[in-house]
Amino acid sequence: MRLGSGTFAACCVVIEVLGVALFLRGFFPTPVRSSSRTEHQAEPPAPEPSAGASSNWTKLPPPLFRKVVIMLIDGLRDDFVFGSKGVKFMPYTTYLVEKGASHSFVAEAKLPTVTMPRIKALMTGSLPGFIDVVRNLNSPALLEDNVITQAKAAGKRIIFYGDETWVKLFPRHFVEYDGTTSFFVSDYTEVDDNVTRHLDKVLKRGDWDVLILHYLGLDHIGHVSGPSSPLIGHKLREMDSILMKIHTSLLSEERETLVPNLLVLCGDHGMSETGGHGASSVEELNTALILISSAFERKPGDIRRPKHVQQTDLAATLAIGLGLPIPGSSVGSLLFPTVEGRPVREQLRFLHLNAVQLSKLLQENVPSYTKEPGFEQFKMSERLHGNWIRLYLEENNSEVLFNLGAKVRRQYLDALRTLSLSLSRQVAQYDIYSMLVGTVMVLEVLALLLLSIPQALSSEAELEVPLWSPVFSLLFYLMFLVLSALHVIVCTSAESSCYFCGLSWLTAGGVMALISALLCAVGSALAKMFADGKFLSKNPAHPKARWSELDVLILLGTMGHVLSLGASSFIEEEHQTWYFLINTLCLALCHEIYRNCFLRDDCEPQQCSHVEEGFVSPAPALQDRSIRCNMLEPHRVSKGPTSLDTLRGYEKWMVLASPWVILTCCRLLRSLNQTGVQWAHRPDLGHWLTSSDHKAELSVLAALSLIVIFALVQRRCSLTSKVAMALGLLGVYCYRAAIGNVLFPWQRDSKDISKGVIEARFVHVFVLGILFTGTKDLLKSQVIAADFTIKTVGLWEIYSGLVLLAALLFRPHNLPVLVFSLFIQTIMTKFIWKPLRHDAAEITIMHYWFGQAFFYFQGNSNSIATVDVSAGFVGLDTYMEVPAMFLTAFATFAGPVLWASHLVSFLSSETSGSALGHACFCYALICSFPVSAYIILVTSLRYHLFIWSVFSPKLLYEGMHILITAAICAFFTAMDQTNTKS
Amino acid sequence: MEVQSIEEKWPLSQTCIFIPSFFLENFSILETHLTWLCICSVFVTAVNLLLYLVVKPNASSKRSSLSYKVTRFLKCCIYFLMSCFFFHVIFVLYGAPLIELVLETFLFAVILSTFTTVPCLCLLGPNIKAWLRVFSRNGVTSIWENSLQITTISSFIGTWLGAFPIPLDWERPWQMAIERKYKMCTSLYVCTRHGASHCPQVWPISCTLGATFGYVAGLVISPLWIYWNRKQLTYKNH
Repeated sequence: MRLGSGTFAACCVVIEVLGVALFLRGFFPTPVRSSSRTEHQAEPPAPEPSAGASSNWTKLPPPLFRKVVIMLIDGLRDDFVFGSKGVKFMPYTTYLVEKGASHSFVAEAKLPTVTMPRIKALMTGSLPGFIDVVRNLNSPALLEDNVITQAKAAGKRIIFYGDETWVKLFPRHFVEYDGTTSFFVSDYTEVDDNVTRHLDKVLKRGDWDVLILHYLGLDHIGHVSGPSSPLIGHKLREMDSILMKIHTSLLSEERETLVPNLLVLCGDHGMSETGGHGASSVEELNTALILISSAFERKPGDIRRPKHVQQTDLAATLAIGLGLPIPGSSVGSLLFPTVEGRPVREQLRFLHLNAVQLSKLLQENVPSYTKEPGFEQFKMSERLHGNWIRLYLEENNSEVLFNLGAKVRRQYLDALRTLSLSLSRQVAQYDIYSMLVGTVMVLEVLALLLLSIPQALSSEAELEVPLWSPVFSLLFYLMFLVLSALHVIVCTSAESSCYFCGLSWLTAGGVMALISALLCAVGSALAKMFADGKFLSKNPAHPKARWSELDVLILLGTMGHVLSLGASSFIEEEHQTWYFLINTLCLALCHEIYRNCFLRDDCEPQQCSHVEEGFVSPAPALQDRSIRCNMLEPHRVSKGPTSLDTLRGYEKWMVLASPWVILTCCRLLRSLNQTGVQWAHRPDLGHWLTSSDHKAELSVLAALSLIVIFALVQRRCSLTSKVAMALGLLGVYCYRAAIGNVLFPWQRDSKDISKGVIEARFVHVFVLGILFTGTKDLLKSQVIAADFTIKTVGLWEIYSGLVLLAALLFRPHNLPVLVFSLFIQTIMTKFIWKPLRHDAAEITIMHYWFGQAFFYFQGNSNSIATVDVSAGFVGLDTYMEVPAMFLTAFATFAGPVLWASHLVSFLSSETSGSALGHACFCYALICSFPVSAYIILVTSLRYHLFIWSVFSPKLLYEGMHILITAAICAFFTAMDQTNTKS
Repeated sequence: MEVQSIEEKWPLSQTCIFIPSFFLENFSILETHLTWLCICSVFVTAVNLLLYLVVKPNASSKRSSLSYKVTRFLKCCIYFLMSCFFFHVIFVLYGAPLIELVLETFLFAVILSTFTTVPCLCLLGPNIKAWLRVFSRNGVTSIWENSLQITTISSFIGTWLGAFPIPLDWERPWQMAIERKYKMCTSLYVCTRHGASHCPQVWPISCTLGATFGYVAGLVISPLWIYWNRKQLTYKNH
């Protein structure tokens, strides 16, 4: 079966997406879990150990506190309370921390520092897996054993106000709740007012046991304007007054009931220096945790410094405090200061309960648990504890009892620490089998792509895909049988859970058939190649193809980038790699231009021979084994003397200046958004522009950018889309003015901030209109087959529709990125690609490089924190999953997508014939190369220290990138099809 | 005969680069990097000039007056300065800080010009067209130009490769850039007192070392390459 190389490449990428998806499913493990779910809670609590004598205390200890109020402030990092900001803005809290009846801690959150996993960690005490980040926007109910469920089962009445995530995590748990959605990031007053407005009423009532408040405003401020913004101070002051209100109300109630209450002030995660979160910098990990209760009385002069603890410790502490069983999968240890005031027997009882729970979890997750040091310590302290109980019941000498008690306590604390540590280190097993299957698929596709380079990049851009012969070959059936047998063996003998085994047999069989078919295809391609190789070696007259410096650079750059993915710091600073590469590319282009310009006379004879050589080569080149030669061979014919000579004076100067202009643009963009890790905190233009003092400058810049965008885009549009574009860009400015980012000249104050839904929808309508016009033109060109220009215009309209959408979604300070992207594309088209006559492969790779660089120019990085979630809510009233995800993905990957769509429109307007097919093939190849290499790298580095913080987010980005590449390749193929038909 | 002479002379200039380090007290390439840069560039220039005066690779300057020589020399100086500024601009385009660390960046540009422009000026004179010819494919017309090509290109490649370790954070002293140190300070809340002045400024070190190694490698490679390819080398004499 003959396939165009575009179609072939698109199919390959689609299969690759499947492989990557399977790999991702296997890679993100299910975290440490206890097998006992909430249903098994009837299990009796562990009795007090007693050596010989029988203890009379087998029930759970009674609750320590009558009421518990949890005040969770999103993004409350430790220095907001304990640092200078806390002293300045939170006087009451500071007083409580320094002198009041409280215990304060710096609670270290684990990765990922995103709200939902952190809530889970706080309430279950377990370590949620990384994949929770992806499910963050769509949180299903929490099925694990947790404090809330236990409290509900124990008949506690729980009230919740705040982030809606809780309501989704714990449906039907709260007797009263009011969820606020966390998606309008730019709103930071209303979200908190919605919580606080209930407070007075609730505090007066006495019909609840647990009150949970989740304040989002602080985190929103961080996202919008960073941790050093003056808004933070206001917000902290507001939080401080709320804390004071709650605390005084609790105290006054205590005076009547005489039973202590507990007030917990905590953060779920911190806030990085840029205001985001999700990664693993110290600022993001360290959160404040303060437990306030009159039970924690202290004498004057008793200075308690905030101790460093784990965030997961809170769950166990809360459970003990409320008199509940500790959640089964909790890896935390009791915060001992909270029970310090109790009698020694109770203290030991609490510690014992916690240690029993942890050791049970260890037994379930570690096969060789008896060898763990923590377990041994636990057994020893349990024995000592038994002795102590015996002595206690015998009512022995109080001093001996006290000393022994202190010893037991120390033993228990050590055991708890060791157990908790070894459990949190126990990252759940990777699902190696699913990963392996995914990797095999991806690698086979890559091999197939590599092997078909010579055919796919030949002038016909078609290749023979042996689709049917392998299906009927013996090899295929053998492979299929062997793989199925392997599958059965692996799945029946597997101990840990495996996703791929969980699939239905039909699906698994399909995947196996696909793998074996791919293997056969690779085999036949290899065989064909060897046959051709033999044929070739018989006529050695084949002229050796020359590589230009540009080709060497492209090859080396691609290889270097792939290799650099093995180092965590290169992944963190991947933007540097791309900036470096495109700079070098520009210099190489500059060299090529200058040589062509100045040395035309000198090198004429060589050029002629070069051309002749080119004429000779294509025929044998089709079978050439060398990869690159072939890719570059066909165009040599056309390359000949470049058309630089024919240019007139002004244009020649423009050609000479263009690389420098592009370099300058890139340098400017580079200082617009500092990204990455090491240099991310440095001042950049973006921060300068977004600070509230420079709103006027930002407005001017945004307006200018929109005008320039219009000027650059309109020249090739039809009249209707020109008008639509102008109105759309006007709408973009109105939208930004409506949500308060920019100002109108006649508008002095920015009081009436709305969500700008109407304005954004207005722009959305124009985007859809332009896209529709473009599609209509494309269809027309296909049906009528009359005019080539219609198709060009149609493609350009689709491109300009995407530009308009990007203009809407980009933050206003990022609009220059869009402008420069269009500007560079224009310059490259006019002065570099057209005069120098690069071939489709080179142009594709240059587009890919620039697309990648623009991905980072936008301010993206390889950490989850830089994804601009607010883009997903432009023009939406409520959270709608599909459009929000689409918009966020587009806003994030706008750079690569815009460059790819420019590539399509450029190639179909400038060149004809096989160029689109070649481009599609090259695009697929160059995108799938890093993904495949990265999958292997990540597999081999899966026990690396930075696997969660650096490698996993990058893997998610790569997965998303390959998905988008698949979409782009499909678009390419569609265009290619229309091309061949017309 | 020419081949032999070149083989004898190049090792001489190689060793020269590292000589000055022995004359200074407290010398360390990493800590007194800027001093080293200055000394190195002056020394390499001197050796190149010396070599040029002794060997006189292009013997065409027979009937030249003094004024011609002076203008030629001045022209060379201007070209050298221009190349320094040119490299500086390129480094900034590559992402070097624009305002801070100007001296470091400029000295880096100076040393790269020393490794590349100075030999070109000595050998080819202030003649851009000849330069372009030498640095394009098949444009070489003598052994000298060949070795020039190799050393220059290898210095560039060395510099280019020298930029790679910059993003790595292995916490080596030569790598611990001012920013990184500063960041560590802020996370520990102690930086305000000590200030950033304690942090060593390391921006061009890896690149300058790369350039130096590239240059030395070029000096080593060029005679070897010429020696191995002496059969194939046939130069058209213009």
